[in-house]
Parts: sequence; C-alpha cells; structure tokens
Amino acid sequence: MAPLPPQVPPAHITPQPRREGIHLQVNGKPYLHAGDPDMPLLWWLRDYLQLTGTKYACGIGDCGACSVLVDGEPVHACLTPMQTLAGRKVTTVEGLALADGSPGALQQAWINEDAILCGYCQAGQLIAAHALLQRHPRPSEADLDTLPNLCRCGSYPRIRKAILRAARARAGKPENPA
Amino acid sequence: MSELDRRRFLKVMLGAGGALIVGLPLRALHAATPPLPLALLGDNWTRLSAFVSIEPNGRTLIGARAPDTGQGVRTSLPRIIADELDADWARVEVLAMPLGVEDDNGKPRWLYGPQHAGGSRNIAEAWQDLRSIGAAARWLLRQAAAQRWNLPAERLGTHAGWVIAPDGRRLDYGELAAAAAQLQLPDAGVAPKPASDYKLIGQPAGDVDARAMVEGRQAFAFDQTWGDGYVAVIARCPYAEGELAHLDDSAARAVAGVEKIIPISVREASGLIGDVPLAPGIAVLARDTWAALKGRTQLALRWRARHGGDASTAALTQQAELLLKGAPTTPVRNDGDFTKAFKAAAHRVEAEYHVPFVAHATMEPMSCMALITSDRAHLIAPTQSPRRALGIVQRLTGLDAGSILIEMPRIGGGYGRRLDDDYIAEAVLLAQAAGKPIKLLWMREDDMTHDVYRPFGVHRLAAGTDRKGRVEAWQHHLASTSRLWHRGVPASQLWTSEMQSDALPAGLVPNFQLGWYALDFPLWRGAWRAPSHDSNTFAIESFLDEIAHATHQDPLKLRLALLGAARQWQVQGVTFDSGRLAAALQRAATEIGWGTRVPAGHGRGLACAFSAGGYCAHAMEVSVQGGKVHFHRAVAVVDVGRVVNPLGVDAQIMGGTLDALSTALKLEITVKDGQVQQQNFPEYPIARMRELPRAVEVIAIASGATPVGAEDLGVPSAAPALANAIFAATGKRLRRMPFAAQLARMG
Ligand code: FES
Ligand code: FES
Repeated sequence: MAPLPPQVPPAHITPQPRREGIHLQVNGKPYLHAGDPDMPLLWWLRDYLQLTGTKYACGIGDCGACSVLVDGEPVHACLTPMQTLAGRKVTTVEGLALADGSPGALQQAWINEDAILCGYCQAGQLIAAHALLQRHPRPSEADLDTLPNLCRCGSYPRIRKAILRAARARAGKPENPA
Repeated sequence: MSELDRRRFLKVMLGAGGALIVGLPLRALHAATPPLPLALLGDNWTRLSAFVSIEPNGRTLIGARAPDTGQGVRTSLPRIIADELDADWARVEVLAMPLGVEDDNGKPRWLYGPQHAGGSRNIAEAWQDLRSIGAAARWLLRQAAAQRWNLPAERLGTHAGWVIAPDGRRLDYGELAAAAAQLQLPDAGVAPKPASDYKLIGQPAGDVDARAMVEGRQAFAFDQTWGDGYVAVIARCPYAEGELAHLDDSAARAVAGVEKIIPISVREASGLIGDVPLAPGIAVLARDTWAALKGRTQLALRWRARHGGDASTAALTQQAELLLKGAPTTPVRNDGDFTKAFKAAAHRVEAEYHVPFVAHATMEPMSCMALITSDRAHLIAPTQSPRRALGIVQRLTGLDAGSILIEMPRIGGGYGRRLDDDYIAEAVLLAQAAGKPIKLLWMREDDMTHDVYRPFGVHRLAAGTDRKGRVEAWQHHLASTSRLWHRGVPASQLWTSEMQSDALPAGLVPNFQLGWYALDFPLWRGAWRAPSHDSNTFAIESFLDEIAHATHQDPLKLRLALLGAARQWQVQGVTFDSGRLAAALQRAATEIGWGTRVPAGHGRGLACAFSAGGYCAHAMEVSVQGGKVHFHRAVAVVDVGRVVNPLGVDAQIMGGTLDALSTALKLEITVKDGQVQQQNFPEYPIARMRELPRAVEVIAIASGATPVGAEDLGVPSAAPALANAIFAATGKRLRRMPFAAQLARMG
C-alpha cells in the first residue's frame, strides 16, 4: 500500500462567516439558534439541547415548572421566545451545580430534606428558590409564602425546610456561582 | 434463563416451609427472564436473581419493579430486598425493571410479580414476595462463603454487604457473587429474617433518585428522544361522544417542520381499545415540539356532539336532586328498619353534601414514547398499569407479549389517571400509521379536558339518635356518575365503584341503609386517589360532626362511642381493627390539644378514615379571615402497620393531606354545552405554597402489623377535618366542595 502523502496545512484559513441566528449562552456555554425565532426557550432547551430538566406543565406561565434564570432573573421558559434571548445568559437546573460538579447548596438541601415527591415540579422549584434566596438570603416564613410554583404532590413543607437549610448553609459559605 | 436460574427462581418463590408465595409466577420457570437493563452499567456483574445482581467491587444492583409515580416505591421496594440481603445501602444502585413478560402460547406470562402503581398496594404486595427474593440471595452468598472457609453456613453472619465468620474474617459480597451464582437454593425455600434483625426497614431513607432529580438528569418519559422520530400532538374532540364535522389541514401542513397530519377516528379505535374509547382527534406530527404545536394551531376544525351536546353540570345537579326524591337505583344495604327507627328517634339530623368532578391534573401531562416495527414494539410509558398497556399494544399490533418491551420511567404523578391507557393507544396507533417512532405529548389543555374525572355525587344523609345521643338509624343516599359507566359493567353493578356496602359506619348502627342512584352524564370517569373513599368520607365524617353538634356531644367522643370496644371484622376484603382507628383518632385529638382552650376565632376539626388497609385521622386548627382559610395546625396520625420507610410515609401523608386540602378548597371540573370548562391551571387553581399549611405534623403509630401503602391514605379524612374545623371556627357548615366560593361569601 502506498504511503499516505504528507499533510500540508493550508496557507490561509478563511474563517467561516458568523452564522445567522440567535447567539446566547446556556449554563456558561455558547449556542446558536438558527430556527424559528418564535420558538419558546422551553422547547429549544428540551428538543435541541437535550436539557430536559426544565419541564412543561402548563405552557402559559402559570405553574413555574419551566422556570429558568435569564441573566440571573427567573423567567418562564414556556413564554420566552428565542428571539428575546440574543446575547443573554440562561441558567437551567442543570447549571445549578458547583464548578466541581457537586450539588449546589440548594440542591444539596433538597436532597437532605428529601424534598421531592414525584419530582416533576422540582427543577422549577429549585430555580424559584434560587431567585428567592437572591432577594432574601435569610428568608422568613412569610417570604417563603411568596413562592409561586405549583406542586401537585404537596411537597411544599419540605421545600420550605430545604430553602431554610440552604440559607443556613450559604450563610457560612461563598455564594453559589449559579 | 438457564436450567439453574429456573430452579432457583422456583425456590425463591417458595417461602418459609415451602409455602407458595402469592403474586410471583411459578410458570415463569420455563423461559428466559429478560435481564435487568444493565446497558449503562459495567458488564462485570453476577446475577443472583431477576432482582439482584452484584459487581465484583460489591456494588449491588437491585431491581425496582413498580413504576414510581411519586409514591416512593423505587426506594421502598428495593430497600425491602436490600434488608433481607443485608446489603450496604450506600453501595446499592436501583434499576428500573421493565414489564417482565414473555409469551406463553399467545398469552402473556408475568415474570416479576405485580408491577403496577395504584390503590396503595405496592408495599403490601412486596411484603408478600420481595422479602424472599432478598433472603434467597443472602442465603446463596452465605453458602458460598461457607464453602470458601469450609465452615457451616449457620455459623456465618452477614452485615452491610459482608459475610462474617465467627473469628472475624470477612468476605465482601462482590468476592462471593460468582461462586454463589453456581449454587442451588434449598427445596424448602428461604425464610425471610425475623423483624428483630431489620436494619433498613423502619429507618428513614431519602428518594434514591433525589440527586438525579435536583440535577435535572432524571428522565421522565417525555424527556427521552427517539433519534429519527416525530413529536406528536393531537387536537381532540371536546365532546365525550362526538365526531369531526369539518377539517381543513392545509395551513397546518404548510408549517415548517410539520411532517404528517393523521386523523384518529373513533371507529378504528373503539373495540380495539376497550375500556375508554379514544377521543376522535387530528394528530400533527412534526420534527420538533414547537412545529407540532404551531401546526396544531393552524388546523381549521369543527366538532359536533353525537350525544350530550347540551350536557351541563348545572343540569346534572338538578337530575340528582330529582332522583334523590324517589327510590334508589340500587338498594345497597338494609340492616334493621331505618324508616321506623328514624321516626322513633329522639333527634333527627339530615344534610346534603356535594362533591364535584375533579381532574387528576398530574404535574406531568400524559405522554408516551412508542417505536413499532413489524416484529417488535418498544414503549417508554408513564403508566400505572403496564400490563394493561401491554394488552393494548398487543391488540393494536398483533405482536406476542415476548416481542413487546415496556419501560416504565419515573412518572410525574398518577393518582389513578394512568390506570387508563388511552394516551398509550394513541402513541401506538400513530407510530404504526407514521412508520416512525413517536413521542406523543398531551398539552395541559388536552390533559384537563380529556381526563377520566373523579365522579360527581350528591350525598343525602339522615340519622336518628336516642335520648343519650346514640346513633340508632343511619341512611346514606348517593346519586353519582359511576366511574364504571361505559366500561362493560352491567347496570346492576355500577354502584360498586361508588359505595362500599361494608364501609363504616356499616355494622356500627343497628338500622342502617345505603342506596345508590345512577346519574347519567357524558363525561369519562376514572379512579381518583382513594377512589370513592375520598368523596364518601367527606360526607360521612362531616355528617358525624353535624350529629355531634345537633345532639350536643363532643365529636371525638361520639366517634369513639360509635367505634366501641376494640374488635376486628372484615371490611372491603381486609381485616379492620376498630381499636386501631380509635387509637389514631385519639392520638390526633391529643396532638392538636382537643378539649383545651382554642384561641379566639380559631376552630378545631377531626375526621378519620380506613382505606386500603390503612388507618388515618386528621386534626386541624384553622381560622377564616377575608374569605380565606388560615391553617394554624394540621396533624395526621396514621397506622400503616410496620413502617418500611418513615421518611417516605411522612412524605406520602403530607402530600396526600395537602392535595386533599387543595382539592377541597378550590378544585372543580364543570361542563357546559357538553364541554369541560376548565382548560389550564388558572381555571383549575391547584393551591400554592401560601394557601396551604406550612407543615403537616405526620405521626405514624408504631406497629408490627403487615405494612400497607400510604400513597392515598392521607386523602380521605383531610377534607372533612377541614370542614369540621371551619364549622368550629365560624359556625358555618360547608357541605359543597370546593369550599372557595362559600368561603368568599363568608368574607
Ligand atoms: S410550563 Fe411554563 S409556567 Fe407552566
Ligand atoms: S413533586 Fe410532584 S408536582 Fe411537585
């Protein structure tokens, strides 16, 4: 068999033109959405990024199962069209872990309090709790009452305990990077 | 399955003394058992039974056979096995088992015992058979160590994944598994350990999937993808019995990403599906969810009702009132002479209670993944009844049971909705018609308007007491929409899903009468948490409270007097112990401070229930301000026999209690012009954090009795305890669920 010809690097590398579409970051990584700009973030995350932790349960911004953070603020991904997200930073439940991949304070508190029942609403609950702790690092019971997300299983009391536990844990430690 | 495996499987099925263990199939001995789905794990492991495999490093893989809808059986069932095995829980990996089935001359043969979710039955069933599975694996490991050390097996102990010799030497299960797998089990079977040796049973354990859940990695059915499949959504006929009047799908076809539009006609489906006919619908199949949804909005559709186009729940209430004036459709029970005793009574009390249709509204709407080829079917199905799902796939595809794989992922809530498999039939039909794998999604609106609803009922109760306040006469008349309607049940049996002839206070009142009235209404009904117990307990336990107040008795004392001395009898096919119910009630009363001073404006209420073999009593303290209920305390005392996982029982009772309160306060499905009026959560407002108790104080009474499930046990008595507490606080009796409208009027 004849030896392969030596590989010669090209003299010039023509950079690809920047592709058309919506550029955004998800959990710290850059992505491009080149499809329908009306597509809600929820379906893009789930169908194209396979980030399926974010759930669908109402599609009309009522239940909170699809909650994600956009530039640190909680939004309903089911009502957030991709065209509003150019240059924005999206954090999903998959992005709540610490840099070393271990669970963040809230996630760990959720595990310790065994806060999930069926678990379906819990990604949204974690995001809502994260946002609450940003506003109220030491939340009162009344602050917890403002949590908006639905849980059909009735996990609310354990969610309350988990958030208080996370608040205590965070009080002693640096803020969760997410 | 090798010859050795077959014999082993047989012997595992023989309990102590060779007695056959109910539930697991002996006929499974003659063909191969599909292995646990180990694809993603290491390939170096030894199988000791269909449920237990061990890796050389000691990691122990335990199969979870029942679908976990949030009732915690992916944790509790494997822990029952792990305890018998003396496994190290920290080294246990729980694997979901698919439906264990093979073909037996055209009939399915079940391999792993019961694999459903519903009726809170998993724990009681597991207690019957899974303990022996763990005990057998432990027996094999101990024998292997005995041979290695040349010691009698009886002298060897086991602990946390080790076999331990009297001199302190230890061998890890991982080192022994390969040798253990070569051994044969004794003909007499292996007896489970005595309760005094339990190490995991009775200890709290968090959900095995907690970490995957909080990291967003736990895959529910609709989180999965078939590489080249379609996403399907369906526009369904809004009438229970209706048909397509007009369709123009040209605009939908023009939507980018829409691949196919497939009509689902009722004619094609009915008779094949059986229980609940599919709604006629137009399916939009697309490359992604968004395209499918967009396509669906572009369908120009008109439906017409074949029957019941003018049906309404307002008219249904009138129908009930009218019927209740006459004789029952079915006289369910008649002890003594109610009419005479009621006439002769010193005090007479009468009341009417209304229970609306409600939806299941599982947080995860219906969905199903289906891949069908000419010789094989693969489903990822969030179902509570995988065996019935298998039957549907067989009827639709003609495949034998051995060619059908049904995987059951974690499920985002069941509550009985997923005992019906209409969504599975849809996915299979579409996968066949499209020739591609299908991911079928129901949107919330589909789910809300095409549920199988908890039956609607109007309860009329009458009671007479003697001078001392003893209940001498009791009549319960119920007009309801049987959930067995149109399910192939003869008219004479439709009452059986609505009332139990032996439910309390049957047997406690000498002149006792139950009667059921058939309401006719075109809306599909199904099992909803603690079916019929939830509705009936609301009426009965509210009414007991009314009797107590009318006759100036303490509601607790009245109930205890009615229950009488502790004794046992059969209720709903299981042993009922009146002493255990009285103890739960008494304990709940003590915990809430029954009989002590109540803060101004507050009121306390009690209620209790016996359901699915478990005992529950609720005690609540509430006040009402601005038309809203404020929960000051909510106590639930349960007796579920031996508690397998205290943390799990706490979660189930807390969840059941809150769900029942949310439902009683706010939820109702109404029908107008033949169509369900509620589409999504704003019209069906499941209660949020601020509207429910901040804590539910759950107490499980210590017991050595055979465990029963807690899944729905917290449901039945919560609503009447709330109604009774509201009465105590305000003097207003709420007899019509949901309470929200009346509360608002109270201001
Ligand atoms: S799915 Fe977005 S808020 Fe409910
Ligand atoms: S845990 Fe099931 S909906 Fe919240």
